[in-house]
Amino acid sequence: MQKLNEFKMTIDSKSVNESFARSTVAAFVSQLDPTLEEISDIKMAVSEAVTNCIVHAYPQSVGKIYITAVILENNTAKISVRDKGCGIIDIKQAMEPLFTTLGGERAGLGFAVMESFTDKITVRSKPEKGTVVTMYKRINGRAVL
Amino acid sequence: MPVRIISTQQRVTAFLEGEIDHHTAAALRMEIDDAVQRNKPKTLKLDFADVTFMDSSGIGLVMGRFRTVQPLGGKLIVSNLSPQVYKIMKLAGLEKIVTLSKREDVNNAEIK
Repeated sequence: MQKLNEFKMTIDSKSVNESFARSTVAAFVSQLDPTLEEISDIKMAVSEAVTNCIVHAYPQSVGKIYITAVILENNTAKISVRDKGCGIIDIKQAMEPLFTTLGGERAGLGFAVMESFTDKITVRSKPEKGTVVTMYKRINGRAVL
Repeated sequence: MPVRIISTQQRVTAFLEGEIDHHTAAALRMEIDDAVQRNKPKTLKLDFADVTFMDSSGIGLVMGRFRTVQPLGGKLIVSNLSPQVYKIMKLAGLEKIVTLSKREDVNNAEIK
C-alpha cells in the first residue's frame, strides 16, 4: 500500500513520555477523521507498546524508543514502535494474555490490548538486539455513520 | 495524576482523576495503599468518574488493590467506569473478583 503521509519521532524510555507518545501519535492519526473511540483505541495500543519498551526492553537503563506512524491508502494507520533493548526470547509466550515476567502490578495484558484495539499486529524481536511492534488500524471515522 | 481520598473506618473512597498509565499508577498505588493500611476499611471504593484515559496499567492497579484489601477481609468496588473501560475490565475478568459498575448517565440521574 502506498504511503500518503509519515511521521517519525525518537523519545527516551522514560515513563513520563508515555502520555506524550500516545497523544502525539493520536494527533497525527486524527487527519483520518477518527471517532473518539478510534482515537482512544490508538492511544491505548501505543501506550502499551511504549510501556513495554520502558519496563521490558530497557529494564535497568534509559534507551531510545523509535516511533513511526504512516498513513496508508484505505484510511489505514500503520504504527511501529521499535527499541534496541533486550529483545523477547519467546514471542508467543510474551503475547499470551496474563503472561508477565514482572508480576505484582503488571497485569500481563499489554499485547492482548494491542491485539484487541488494532486490526493487525506483528512482532519481530531478536534477543539483545531489540523489538519492533507494528500495528495496523483502519479508521472508519464518522463518515460511515 | 491527582487522587482525592476520603477515609473512614468503614470505607476508603479514592476519586481518581485524569489518565492512568504505567507512569501515573505508581503514585496512585502508594497513596491508596497508605490510606487502606491506616484505616483497614471494610470497603475500598475506586471512583473512575473523572478518569479520561486508562491502559492495562489500570487493570494492574485494580488487581493490586484487590490483593491489598483481601488479606484485611475487605472488599473492593470499582465504580463510574466509562463504557470502554468497563469493557476492558470485563475482558480482563475483573468482575470475578471485584464489583464493577458503569458511569451513570448524568441526565438520567437528574430525572431519578
